[in-house]
Amino acid sequence: MKKIRVLIAKPGLDGHDRGAKVVARGLRDAGMEVIYTGLHQTPEQIAEAAIQEDVDVVGLSCLSGAHMTLFPRVVELLKEKGAGDILVTGGGIVPEEDVPKLKELGIAAVFGPGTPLKEIIDFHEKNARK
Amino acid sequence: MELVDRLLKGDKRAAARLISSVENEDERAAEVLRELYKYTGNTHIIGITGPPGVGKSSLVDRLTRAFRKKGKKVGIVAIDPTSRFTGGAILGDRIRMTELATDEGVFMRSMGTRGHHGGIAKATTEATMVLDAMGMDLVIVETVGAGQSQSEIWECVHTSILVEMPGMGDEIQALKAGILEIGDIFVVNKGDLAGVDQLVKELENVAEYKAMEQKWKPPVHVTIATEDKGTDEVVSSIEDHLGYLKESGEYQKREEERTRGEFTRIVQALLLKKAFAGEKSEKFDQLLKEIIEKKTDPFTAAEKLLEE
Amino acid sequence: MMAMYDKSKLDKIEKELKQWERDCLGKSIETLPERDRPFITTSSVPIDRLYTPLDAKDWNYFEKLGFPGEYPFTRGVHPTMYRSRPWTMRMFAGFGTAEETNERYKYLLRHGETGLSVAFDFPTLYGYDTDDPHSEGEFGKCGVAISSLRDMEILFDGIPVDKISTSMTINGPAPVVWGFYIGMAENKGINPNIISGTIQNDILKEYIAQKSFIFPPEPSMRLIVDTFEYGFKELPRWNTISISGYHIREAGSTAVQELAFTLADGLEYVRAAIERGLDVDKFAPRLSFFFNAHNDLFEEIAKYRAARRIWAREMKETFGAKNPRSWWMRFHTQTAGVSLTAQQPYNNIVRVTIQALAAVLGGTQSLHTNSMDEALALPSREAARIALRTQQIIAHESGVTNTIDPLGGSYFLEYLTDYMEEETYNYFDKIDTLGGVVPAIKKGFFQKEIADSAYRYQKEIEENQRTVVGINDYATEEPAKIELLKMDPEGERRQINRLEKIRKDRDNKKWESSLDELRKVAEKDENVMPAIRDAVHADATLGEICGVFREVFGEYKDLAIF
Repeated sequence: MKKIRVLIAKPGLDGHDRGAKVVARGLRDAGMEVIYTGLHQTPEQIAEAAIQEDVDVVGLSCLSGAHMTLFPRVVELLKEKGAGDILVTGGGIVPEEDVPKLKELGIAAVFGPGTPLKEIIDFHEKNARK
Repeated sequence: MELVDRLLKGDKRAAARLISSVENEDERAAEVLRELYKYTGNTHIIGITGPPGVGKSSLVDRLTRAFRKKGKKVGIVAIDPTSRFTGGAILGDRIRMTELATDEGVFMRSMGTRGHHGGIAKATTEATMVLDAMGMDLVIVETVGAGQSQSEIWECVHTSILVEMPGMGDEIQALKAGILEIGDIFVVNKGDLAGVDQLVKELENVAEYKAMEQKWKPPVHVTIATEDKGTDEVVSSIEDHLGYLKESGEYQKREEERTRGEFTRIVQALLLKKAFAGEKSEKFDQLLKEIIEKKTDPFTAAEKLLEE
Repeated sequence: MMAMYDKSKLDKIEKELKQWERDCLGKSIETLPERDRPFITTSSVPIDRLYTPLDAKDWNYFEKLGFPGEYPFTRGVHPTMYRSRPWTMRMFAGFGTAEETNERYKYLLRHGETGLSVAFDFPTLYGYDTDDPHSEGEFGKCGVAISSLRDMEILFDGIPVDKISTSMTINGPAPVVWGFYIGMAENKGINPNIISGTIQNDILKEYIAQKSFIFPPEPSMRLIVDTFEYGFKELPRWNTISISGYHIREAGSTAVQELAFTLADGLEYVRAAIERGLDVDKFAPRLSFFFNAHNDLFEEIAKYRAARRIWAREMKETFGAKNPRSWWMRFHTQTAGVSLTAQQPYNNIVRVTIQALAAVLGGTQSLHTNSMDEALALPSREAARIALRTQQIIAHESGVTNTIDPLGGSYFLEYLTDYMEEETYNYFDKIDTLGGVVPAIKKGFFQKEIADSAYRYQKEIEENQRTVVGINDYATEEPAKIELLKMDPEGERRQINRLEKIRKDRDNKKWESSLDELRKVAEKDENVMPAIRDAVHADATLGEICGVFREVFGEYKDLAIF
């Protein structure tokens, strides 16, 4: 039986991991396999891990404001490595005006502060590879 | 099969997809394994087991880096428990191995046990087969630390390493029964904590005991994995153990045992699948009803189910 | 034992209370039932319908409260509190280049703030220069980039650092950034022994919650004690540590966990300094604290009051401090960033007001109020001004500063204060069982406790056990329309040019020998501060100095406990 696999990663220097951990637990409790790679990951490490773990979705969490640099980089690397079908989502302190830009750059969804877990879970259930 | 061809060329994406296939038991899984089988049998499979929190992942990280320096390609399968209630899992072994992610010669995969017992995941063997066929020189299997139930790892590996740490108290006693069976190499990690000497002595006693029944006496090493202390000694012991296996003919014996275990599991799985396939599941329900109503007994019913 | 109430009075109250429950309450509850949802604090502590003198049965006024300025300081550390001087209004600020942040400081000072507080960007917090590869994408994003003495000079250009105190939220590289600050003052011709301020310098809570660490615990503790020692000798008006619960709370802890873990950290620093042979009465008066102010008014006030009482007792009785100043818990407060919502951001002004009020009613020494836009970006000028005005309105219009500890004696508040104290000691016992704070960190104890609380809180929202206005109730579809901060897009380029120029212009021989000396000192057990000061004046950069420490001490890796 297939299980939804999700990689939750913290790119960059930001150490605020409350959101990443809460989301990881929430997805686990919804029956998914969550690979958590910890803090201070480079986009290269994240993309490689996503491929080897064959995840459906990569969830990036960044509260430092570096999302415009770090998130699209992961998308690019996945495409370069022939894994453009792996979805990339983002969460953290992201100003409203950055959201359309991120989507244009290939981020499938942005979950800002206050997003209910249920919304995140639903997104994964709907969009994971069947 | 395109994915298999790519795998044989060392393509990581292909390896990852194939492992998912066998793990999910999807429609192409059986065919994949059939096709891969002839390419397997060339890798040294190492199992790492021990209680939770002793630093197995950090040790795997260090051992892998050491083997990489020797030019070996390393596959890693790290197993974490799946929640019985939700079916989900948090797989966190990568946290201790972040630098391996971008190493060309390493492939690392996390797996949830998905209801399987014995400290390994249901498709552990299948995953090691994929990595074996991919051309990894070594495959390290890191198990769930679950006390005595780790013994199943014995059937999947050539060399098993038991990791302990000081200050775990009674758990070592509880583990002893298991230790006697598994553990070709003993490692005391977190060697900077109090109580190392005592633990080393205890493990040496166990090693002596094992040496009475076999030619290989398990070496006991002290490591501090987070500081890369003691890694090289463990690496040499792993190599020595492989040498011993080959010279003594034990390698062939273990391969046979491994194959026997593998074959048994495949037969079991197939039987199970057959027993529940298609109309059989209706038959199963029907028989179950009869057992509950005491019209028949489960032993007769089971035989009936598997008839034809 | 001098109880507050004599037995006959308590008996009467008990009797009357039972009668009230039966008659008055009993009848009312039939027609007007209480709500189904649990009555709990923000930290999920169950709260009773009513508190009475029965909840303070064996209660001794002098033991529990005393008078302000006297042991155990529950009611405040000063005998006059805000009647003499309101708290220091200290707005945490920093973004982009030193020039941009300097301008913001001047703006805030013009609008009546009374102390400065520096927010650094992530590269600075990790001891990297702006042009380090690790800094990619992070420059100036969540604070100001300070890579050199020159940057620090620009940051405080035209600001009288001999008259105003500065707090710096810096931990891993704290001794180095402090070195920049001291160097800046010296270059302005100010003797460091008169400057005042605070370096956060609290590494234990970094491992526990905030995760901006560089080195492993042991060398980090040594650096901290180095700053204690240097501080009381050379900068007697400087707080060499701000032992912080703020980030523990932001990471998801309960109020009790914030209190207990912070105090446990504090006691650990005291032990480390005493082990070094320092006299407790020399360094303890320079220890300061930093707490969070969340939404639950009474829970927060109780937390601050319990904190003062526990600290005074531990310092006096456990460590035998004799100087009453060593018993004082002085603390800074910041309103809870995590409580702010990205949805309907104007609502945050009200949240911040309640939180700030809790801090004031709890007797804080200084206060930062968050801006309404901080769930979206760094504060804009206007949002920061409203936040500062919130403090000024509390100070000058609300009337709460007229008397000291105005809520002292409230049955409910005193019950909660006692509860906080008791639970804190329970945590102390657990930490002891694990072998102390550092072993407990290595075992992931605090991290697990906090992660569990954070998840429970989120579940309570998901399951509608609690309401967050604008999130799981009273939500609207309209997007948040507010002006956000815009930074100078050329800032990073300018900062990198400046760094290149510094490296080109400096006296290479002097620079090299200062770093060699630093390495020698770091490898031995000598105090690193004098060598840092020399390196700073030789124009060594933050990344270079921390690079030496990274080589000597190694780096710490997070355990990532779930």
